[in-house]
Amino acid sequence: MSLDFDSAQLPNPNLTDLHHAWREQLRRFIDVEIMPYADDWDEAGEIPIGLWPKAAEVGLLGLSYPEVYGGTPGDVWLGQITAEELGRVGAGGINASLMVHNIGLPPIINWGSQTMKDEIAPPILRGEAWISLGITEPGGGSDVANLQTTAVRDGDDYVVNGSKTYITGGMRANWVSTAVRTGGEGAGGVSMLLIPTDAEGFSRTPLNRKQGWWASDTATLYFDNVRVPATQLIGEENQGFRVIMTNFNSERMGMAIHMEAAARVCMEEAVSWARERKTFGKRLGDHQVIRHKIAMMKQKINATQAYIRVCNESIERGEPNPADIALLKVQASEVMEFCAREAMQVLGGLGFMRGSRTERIYREVRVNAIGGGSEEIMRDLASRQYGL
Amino acid sequence: MKALVAVKRVVDYNVKVRAKADGSDVELNNVKMAINPFCEIAVEEAVRLKEAGTVSEVVVVSVGEKSSQEQIRTALALGADRGIHVEVEGRPEPLEIAKLLKGVVDKEQPQLVILGKQSIDGDNNQTGQMLGALANMGQGTFASEIKVDGDSLQVIREVDGGLQTLKLTLPAIVTTDLRLNEPRYASLPNIMKAKKKPLEVTNPAELGVEVKSHVTQLGVAPPPERAAGIKVEDVAQLVDKLKNEAKVIS
Repeated sequence: MSLDFDSAQLPNPNLTDLHHAWREQLRRFIDVEIMPYADDWDEAGEIPIGLWPKAAEVGLLGLSYPEVYGGTPGDVWLGQITAEELGRVGAGGINASLMVHNIGLPPIINWGSQTMKDEIAPPILRGEAWISLGITEPGGGSDVANLQTTAVRDGDDYVVNGSKTYITGGMRANWVSTAVRTGGEGAGGVSMLLIPTDAEGFSRTPLNRKQGWWASDTATLYFDNVRVPATQLIGEENQGFRVIMTNFNSERMGMAIHMEAAARVCMEEAVSWARERKTFGKRLGDHQVIRHKIAMMKQKINATQAYIRVCNESIERGEPNPADIALLKVQASEVMEFCAREAMQVLGGLGFMRGSRTERIYREVRVNAIGGGSEEIMRDLASRQYGL
Repeated sequence: MKALVAVKRVVDYNVKVRAKADGSDVELNNVKMAINPFCEIAVEEAVRLKEAGTVSEVVVVSVGEKSSQEQIRTALALGADRGIHVEVEGRPEPLEIAKLLKGVVDKEQPQLVILGKQSIDGDNNQTGQMLGALANMGQGTFASEIKVDGDSLQVIREVDGGLQTLKLTLPAIVTTDLRLNEPRYASLPNIMKAKKKPLEVTNPAELGVEVKSHVTQLGVAPPPERAAGIKVEDVAQLVDKLKNEAKVIS
């Protein structure tokens, strides 16, 4: 058996020397700057502030952003490699925190004013400032169209009242791309507003007792008559739902790729242990019951990789299919869950102890199966998109 | 001042090298390859000299099969300005590589040539020294610190007893030791820019060198597997075994 993280990856003819070179350099960076500290950071509940500028320097933060803001435009395969390599760390909280700008900043880049882009994109891509995305509310998460936080126009300002919760990076953020209600009920009354966290009336509390993703900061945000200039509107008034929806495709792709990589890490650890551990006079991996577990992991991982490739090829052609992407996210979280479970069975007592990547990944299944659109919402969205 | 840096494509240092089943060679099929770590240090040093304004151009050269161009591209991504690939089949010996590099030196006329002290595949530790002799240049091998001072070069070398400081007249050859610097990561923007940097391909005939082979590899065998250890009963038994079996004390 030689099923490690790399050999368990199906060939992808879209990858060129450029992509391989990026994987090689990024892996070097991760193996030196992140991997040795992953356990400690996760236990400590945060990543050091110095990691962001280092990640900026190597080109990690700027990937897929325009050069004028300090970014490096790249194709979907560079993005896939980045998500895979960060997934290989097996500490999703580090990825969630380090790369949170990838959900907070795209609304600004795609829909924001030029002043806004010029002000916030460069420091964020240098790793010197932080942005979060504020959608979910204490009163409701998946039902985005019915969010309750209000922004009422008053002269040149909006006055914001309400709260947001489960906000990744919320404690550190300098700005939050926030979904607010500026109009009537439903999706047509939603706008996106860029709210600076030093505004008067803004407060936040950490949510630090999570099942997994410990290294990631998560917060509840409160808006109490927060005045925000109307120029901070991202896109047009009452057009926020569209902004939110375009954001979701790339977030879901990123999560799916991350989950596939996590599944592969679980298989790698299970295989390595199955080759080493002896029970009943033979290696674990020589027992049929264990071999079948590993073969089933590989089978499901293969299917997910192929599905990711199909979705990424569609995106690269400029024809993303939101329904297929939504179901890919479900596919990936189910496979991550399966592989985490089966790898834990193979690892036995060792897997129950903190310290293996599999143990941590097991605790990160739920946040992936729920965040960015739960499995249930994804299936519902897909069935509507397919016209059922 | 122009700096020439030689890089070699070798098995990545993270890879556990295995012998082929027939013992004819090490297994290179589907094995991850990379720049020899000492050569990477050489590239880094040249790039730092360029950033400091001492060097005006960094030219990177690799002798090897077509695939060596990957390593030249990596060096370009790390900051070298242009590449030269001397295309050679098989695995030339250090003397042949030194002769080919001499051809490149004649053409490029660099003031400074930086090489790794050895490559982690052959472990020969010969090419830099041979090139020094062929090109009639002074050499500072195993460098842990270098400083350009006008038309001379100060090289601090790691020797058995400590550090030795040399002053060389330029042009000169330097071979790098592990502690000369810590190479940077190539950033994504620089990887992209490297694709557009010039890479010239040449061959032994154009350099006027005939590549010959003087050494034949007879076989490759893995080191013997370590036998399992034992637990000793007491100190007396330990001393007895160290004395009579391991023969490490008398």
